[in-house]
Amino acid sequence: MKKVLDEGKLILIAIPVLLWTLLPIYHLFVLSISNQESMLAGKLWPDAPTLQNFQIVFKQQHYYLTNFWLQMFNSFFIAIATGMITLLVATFAAFAISRLRVKGGRTIMNLALATYLIPAAFLAIPMYKAMGSYGLLNTQTALILAMVALASPYAIWVLKQASDKLPRELDEAAIMDGATSLQLFRLVYLPLMKPSMVVIGIYALLLAWNEYLYAFLLLSSERAVPLAVGLGLFLSADDAPWNLLMAAGLLYAIPPAVIYYGFRKNMVGGLTAGAVKS
Amino acid sequence: MTATTMAAPALPASKSSDAVSGHTRDRALWGAIMLAPYVLVFAVMVVYPVGYGLWLGLNWNSYRALFADPIFIRTVINTIVFLFVAVNLKFAIALVLSGFFVAQRAWVRFVLVLFILPWAVPSIPTILSFRVMLNPENGMINQQLFHWFGIVEGPGWLTDPTLAFCMSIMVHIWKSLPFWTLILVTGRLAIAQDLYEAASVDGASKWQQFKFITWPSLATLYVTSTMLSMIWTLGDFNSVYLLTGGGPGDLNHVLSTLGIRYMRNNNLDLGIASIIIAMPLILPMVYFMVKRLSKGAE
Repeated sequence: MKKVLDEGKLILIAIPVLLWTLLPIYHLFVLSISNQESMLAGKLWPDAPTLQNFQIVFKQQHYYLTNFWLQMFNSFFIAIATGMITLLVATFAAFAISRLRVKGGRTIMNLALATYLIPAAFLAIPMYKAMGSYGLLNTQTALILAMVALASPYAIWVLKQASDKLPRELDEAAIMDGATSLQLFRLVYLPLMKPSMVVIGIYALLLAWNEYLYAFLLLSSERAVPLAVGLGLFLSADDAPWNLLMAAGLLYAIPPAVIYYGFRKNMVGGLTAGAVKS
Repeated sequence: MTATTMAAPALPASKSSDAVSGHTRDRALWGAIMLAPYVLVFAVMVVYPVGYGLWLGLNWNSYRALFADPIFIRTVINTIVFLFVAVNLKFAIALVLSGFFVAQRAWVRFVLVLFILPWAVPSIPTILSFRVMLNPENGMINQQLFHWFGIVEGPGWLTDPTLAFCMSIMVHIWKSLPFWTLILVTGRLAIAQDLYEAASVDGASKWQQFKFITWPSLATLYVTSTMLSMIWTLGDFNSVYLLTGGGPGDLNHVLSTLGIRYMRNNNLDLGIASIIIAMPLILPMVYFMVKRLSKGAE
């Protein structure tokens, strides 16, 4: 009897939790398969569900969506570049700090953490100004660099934590055998760090894919912006074809959701482990 | 490293000490080379911009102009209310939900997987979905209120200033709740289960178990997370901008959207000034967090 009661209580919590979580996502989906009339009538389920919106998006047949594929490609390019560069920069740094114990490494890591603690919208403004003086405004390089700078501190921190857990004896044995630092990195460190590296690479990639503000500030031409900004360009229009934009938005939301679900065990473990330790 | 070698006389002394001293030089060199890319990124993307920003922030006229802007005071009040309500509400809910999600059931784990969605998907489609859904005329919410309850004129979710502000907070919580719930779930899972078993043998109620076992174990994590969440909430631009654009009538800006608004209007000095104003609020938190985090990293 007590078991049944417990189960009942859990279900009573689960129902509002799911409603709250899924309502806007469900709404996004409903709009994406609605025609104009059903959309304006605020239907819970469209009268005549249609895939036509997706067709229009695919063929870029609306002036709001003339650069859909290009912007989708931009999103991919920026996210993958950010993931790879962050991984490279952070893996090197974590190795230098944790295994080579380079002088000043810890100080740099602590300073890096401060980046993570500057509110994102606040850092964006001086960064925009700096990009202007580097002559990088409206280039994707600017956005990728910004994303690497934002993702790196946490990446270094998580990788350093993981690296510290590897036994010191491994290094000592390798050094006794005459291994150079580079060999130590390649033959001992990299193979053991792979799981954490996957988590960090995906973390940076998702961060860049999902970013709106920095992309919106640093890039302006319609052909350079990622899809997030492309979709946001119509915010001021009251009569925007929301069903079309939602169809495009759904397509935009699918890759991160799929990646996240593919790696969710590693992600949740890897990302929360760092946070909980503090 | 040298000390270790000397403490190991069994090894052939000459060979190993050569290897080690050679390694020390090699290590310093490669350490510097491998740290260099990050140091470069940090210098170019963080140190220089922040320094430049602070320098631009030395212009007293911008502060005078800032305080002369009627939107500004309203924005400061909004920001404080937003921070206080959003962070506390979020963590109260996260604390309760983390108790639900630690239940060892397959279906609860499945609910957790769905619950993470808002955090995993980008803001733009989901917040725009909220925006359309809450449209007072033809949004789904008011249309359904009409359909089911005959309410001809539903609430002006995004046209009434107070309601619109509440909706921004709601969207912010919707987006960031999963992450913090997950952190608290992880925190709860780290608590030794036999404490609970012993307590229930002693006849402690659920509330007593929470009060004497769960809360004391979670308190540090809870405080640290709250601090971090405050900083991130302060930097949240999307929830306000994408939902209401700071409106209606510029009444609902927070510091992050106001700064960007100045900047987009080619008034960078005011943009910089409006974020420097927040420094007394941020710096103590940053100091506290860096101390906490670097201790945790040891």
